[in-house]
Amino acid sequence: MHTFFQQLINGLSLGSIYALLALGYMIVYGISKLLNFAHGDVYMLGAYWGYYTINYLHFGFLAALITAMLACGLAGVIIEAVAYRPLRNAPRVAALITAIGVSYFLENGMSYLVTSDTRNFPQVIKRKTFDLGGVSISNIQLIIFATTIVLMAALVYIINHTKTGRAMRSVSTDYDAASLMGININHAVSITFALGSALAGAAGVLIGMYYNSIDPLMGMTPGIKAFVAAVLGGIGSIPGAAVGGFLIGLLETAVQALGFSAFRDAAVYIVLIVILLVLPGGLFGKKQVEKV
Amino acid sequence: MKKNLKYNLCWLVLMVAGFYLINTLMLTGVINTFIENMLVTIGINIILAVGLNLIIGFSGQFSLGHAGFMALGAYATGIMTQTMNSAGGFYLSILVGVVISIIVALIVGIPTLRLHGDYFAIATMGAAEIIRIVINNMKITNGAAGLFNIPQFATWDIVYIFVCLTTIVTVNFIHSKNGRAVISIRENEIAAEAMGVNTTKWKLSAFVLGAATAAIAGSLYASYLQTIVPSSFGIMESITILIYAVLGGLGSITGTFVATILLGVLDTALQSLGVLRMVFYAIALIVIMIFRPGGLFGKWEFSFKHLLTRKQNGDMAEVEKEESK
Amino acid sequence: MNFKKFFGVAAATMMSAAALTGCATAKTSSNSGNKATDNKIRIGVNLELSGSVASYGQQEKKGVTLAAQQINKKGVKIGGKTYKVKLYISDNKSSTSTAASVAAQLANSDKIVAEVGPAATAYATASISNLTKAGVPLVSPSATAAEFTQTKSGQTQKYVFRSCFIDPFQGKKAADFMYNTLKKRKVAIVADNSTDYGTGLTKSFTTEFKKLGGKIVTTQYFQSGDKDFNSTLTTVKGKNPDAVYLPGYYTELGLVLKQAREMGIKVPFVGGDGMGSPKLAQIAGNKNATNVYYTTHFSTKSTDPAVTKFMKVYKAKYHEDPAVFSSLAYDAVYMIVKAAQNEGEVSSSAVQKGLANLKNFKGVTGSITMDSKHNPQKSVVVEQMTNGKIAKAYTVK
Repeated sequence: MHTFFQQLINGLSLGSIYALLALGYMIVYGISKLLNFAHGDVYMLGAYWGYYTINYLHFGFLAALITAMLACGLAGVIIEAVAYRPLRNAPRVAALITAIGVSYFLENGMSYLVTSDTRNFPQVIKRKTFDLGGVSISNIQLIIFATTIVLMAALVYIINHTKTGRAMRSVSTDYDAASLMGININHAVSITFALGSALAGAAGVLIGMYYNSIDPLMGMTPGIKAFVAAVLGGIGSIPGAAVGGFLIGLLETAVQALGFSAFRDAAVYIVLIVILLVLPGGLFGKKQVEKV
Repeated sequence: MKKNLKYNLCWLVLMVAGFYLINTLMLTGVINTFIENMLVTIGINIILAVGLNLIIGFSGQFSLGHAGFMALGAYATGIMTQTMNSAGGFYLSILVGVVISIIVALIVGIPTLRLHGDYFAIATMGAAEIIRIVINNMKITNGAAGLFNIPQFATWDIVYIFVCLTTIVTVNFIHSKNGRAVISIRENEIAAEAMGVNTTKWKLSAFVLGAATAAIAGSLYASYLQTIVPSSFGIMESITILIYAVLGGLGSITGTFVATILLGVLDTALQSLGVLRMVFYAIALIVIMIFRPGGLFGKWEFSFKHLLTRKQNGDMAEVEKEESK
Repeated sequence: MNFKKFFGVAAATMMSAAALTGCATAKTSSNSGNKATDNKIRIGVNLELSGSVASYGQQEKKGVTLAAQQINKKGVKIGGKTYKVKLYISDNKSSTSTAASVAAQLANSDKIVAEVGPAATAYATASISNLTKAGVPLVSPSATAAEFTQTKSGQTQKYVFRSCFIDPFQGKKAADFMYNTLKKRKVAIVADNSTDYGTGLTKSFTTEFKKLGGKIVTTQYFQSGDKDFNSTLTTVKGKNPDAVYLPGYYTELGLVLKQAREMGIKVPFVGGDGMGSPKLAQIAGNKNATNVYYTTHFSTKSTDPAVTKFMKVYKAKYHEDPAVFSSLAYDAVYMIVKAAQNEGEVSSSAVQKGLANLKNFKGVTGSITMDSKHNPQKSVVVEQMTNGKIAKAYTVK
C-alpha cells in the first residue's frame, strides 16, 4: 500500500511538470493554431537562464524564477515576431517548418555556445524530505506542484477576466472578426507568446532545480510530451491541459510500476490514440462542427 | 495512351539520360564514394518525401509518422537478408516490407483518418513511435543495438531505378481519376463527399500508397547503409522528411525533388563545419519558409506537355485550356 | 484510359530498368588506401558533435584534440621523417546516414590515413562500409558491442578496431566483482534500454551473475534522455535488493543515483565505464555519490607516469578531470600514430597492419594488445566513489 501511495506521489509530481509545460503549449496553440515545436527549447533556455543567473549573478530562487519568466517571455515575443508573424497568412504548415527551424536553431546554437555537455543545476533551495507514514515527498516537489497550480489559476484569471484575455479569446476564435472589432492582433498574439514562453521559462528553472541536470537537448522529449498532454486534455481548455499533463504523469508511472518500463512511451501513445478516437476533441475540448 | 506518348517518351529519355550521366561521371571518376553516398541518400529521401507529399500535399492529411513505415521496410530487409543472402532475397524482403507496411497503414489509417488536422498528425506520430518502441524491444530485431552487417544489394543504380518507379506510380496515381478524387478531399472534404467521393476510401488509399513507398525507401536504406538502429526512425526522422516535402511545396512533386536535392547537398556541404552546420541549416529553413511560404515551387509542376505545347503555339491561354481538360 | 497509361509507362520503365541493370554499371573505384605525401599524419575524426549522444562525442573530441596537440609539440619520427598530426573533425549528427557520409568524405576528399570514431556502435558500424571501400582503418573509442569488429560470418573486419572493452567482457567482470568482492547475492538491474551499451551489459551481466549463483530480483529499463526515475526506483526499493547494477551512461545514471539515495536506497551501486565522468558526481550530488563502484580502464589514482601526465595536461587544458570517453579517444590517436611508427610508413595500409599487430602499447587506459578480433586486451579496474571522490581502486583479474 505504501508503494502505491508513493507511486501516486511520483506520478503526480511528474505530472505537474508535464502540466506546467502543457499549459504554455496550449495557450500558444489555442491562439495561433501553431504546433510550436520550439516550446520545449524555450523551456531549455529558461533552465540555462537559471543556471547562469544563480551561478554567476548569485540570484535567489525567486529572483531566478521571475527573471527567467521575463527573459523567456521576451524570447517568445522575439521568436514570434521574427519567425512566425511573417507567416501568419501563409499555410499553417509553413509556420510549422519555421517552428522546427527555430527549434533546431536554439538546440544547436546553444550546443555551440555552451557545449552539449550535461550540467548540474545549482541547488538554491535545500532539499528536505517529508515523511508521511512511509510515503516521502520533497519540498521541491511541493514547490513545483504549488507553482503549477498558482500559474494555472493566474492564467485562467488573465484569460477569462481581463481585457487582454478577452482579446486573446476573440483572436483565437476568428482573426478577421477580431481585427474588425478593433483588436490589435499582433499585440494579442505577442502577449500570448509572452505568457506561454514565460510559463516554459518557469518550468525550465523548476525542473532544472528538481532534477539537477540540464543540457541543450533537454526540451525535445518534454516538448513532445507537453503537446501530447495538451491534445489529450483538449486544445483550448486550460484545466484540460493541466489534467492531460497529470494524466500522462500518472500513466507513465503506472506502466513502470507494473513492470513494463520498456513500453512506457508506447502506452502513452496508445491511450492518446484511443482517447482521440472516442473523444476527437480531447477530454475537455469543445466539439467543433465543420461547415462547408 | 497515344496522346501522352510523346511526353511519356520525353520523361523516359530524361530518366535514362540521367542514369547514363551518373554512370559516365562515375566511370570517369568525377563521382567518388563520397558523392555517390550523397546521391544515394538524396535518392532515398526523394522516395520518402514524394510519398509524404502524396499524403500531405495531395490528400491533405497531415501525417507525422512516415519514419515508422520506413522502419518496417528497413527491418523487413534487415532481418530477411540475414538468412536469404541473395538479390532475390533482397527483392522479396522489399515486397514483404511493403506488404507489412500496407497492413499497418490500414490498421493505423482506418480509425485515425477520421481525425482532422493536427489531431491526425499527433495520432500518426504516436503510431510511428509505437512501431519504433516495439522494434526496440523485440528479440528478432536485436533491440536497441539494431542490426548490422546487412548485405549490400542496394547500390546506386538500384536506388535510381526505384526512385523512378515510385515517382511514376505516385504521379500516375495523382493524375488518374482517383487522384482527382484525392485532391478534391484536400480542397474541401465536405464538398467532395457531397459530390459522391468516398472520402475515407481515397484518403486511405493515398495514405497506404505513401506508406508502401516509405517501406521501399526503408529497405533501400537498410541495404545501402548495412546498419539500422531503432533510434534512426524516431520523430526527428519523420520531421526531416516533412521538411523536404514542405520546402519543395506541398502539392508539387517537382518541388519535392528540387528541395530534397538542394537540402541534401547543403547538408553534405556543411558537413565539415561541425556543430555550426545545423545552425546554418536551421537559418536556411526559416529564411526559405519566410520568403516562400508555399514552398519553393508551390503547386507548380514541371511538365513536358506544358513545355512542348507552349513552344508550338506560344499561347498561355491555350495551354491553360489544355491543362484543365 | 488512365490505368492503361499507368501500366504502359510502368511497363516501359520496368523494361528499361531491366536493360539498365543488365549493362554493367559503374562502381566507385575501391581505393587501395591513402598515403601521406607530405609530413602530415591525416586523421579523420567522425564524432557525434550534435544530436542525441553529442555529450559523449564532445568529450571524445577533447581527448583527440589534446592528443594531437601533445604529439605535435615535438612531432613523431617515422621512417626518418618528422611528422605532425592533422585532424579533420566532422560532425555526424548522431545519425547513421550522416556517419556513413562523413566517413566517405574523410576517406575520399580529405585523404585520411585513419579515422577516430564514431563513439556509439550504431554510427560506427554505419561508417565501416565506406571506409572498407576506401581501405582506411578506423578506431572507435567506445563502440562496445561484441560483434562490432566482425562480419556476419564471424570473420574479423579488416579495417575495424577499437580502444575500449567489449560489453560481454565488462559485464562479466562486473558480475564477478559483485559476487566475489562485494559478496552480494540479490541484485536489481536498472538499465538503459535505448542503447546497445545498456542492453549488451545487461545481457552479459545477467548471464554471468546467474552462473555464479546470484539472483536478479528485477530488471527495470529507462530511455536515454529520461529524467524521472522515481517510479522505477520505488519498484526497485520494494524488491529489497542487496545491490543495484546500472548499465548506462552518466547523464542518466547521475540522476538515478540522486533519486535513489534521496528515496533511501542505501545499497551499493555498480556500473560500467559509461559512469566514468566527473559529471556523475556533479549531477548526483557528492553526498549521493557514495558507495558507488564502476568497472573502468584505469584508475585516476594510478601512479603510472603516463596516467599522471595525461591527468595533468588534460586538467591544464580543460579545467576538469578527464572522463573515460576522453581518455579512450586520446589513446585511439596514439594507437594510430604508434601503428604508423611501428610500420615505418604513414599510409592507411601501414596503419591497418600496425594496429592489427599492436602489442603492449602503453596507453593511458592500460596496456593494449590487439587480439585476432581487433579487440584490445587490457585489465579492468574497479573504482570506488565516496562523497563524489574516487576513494579506492580494485584491480580485477
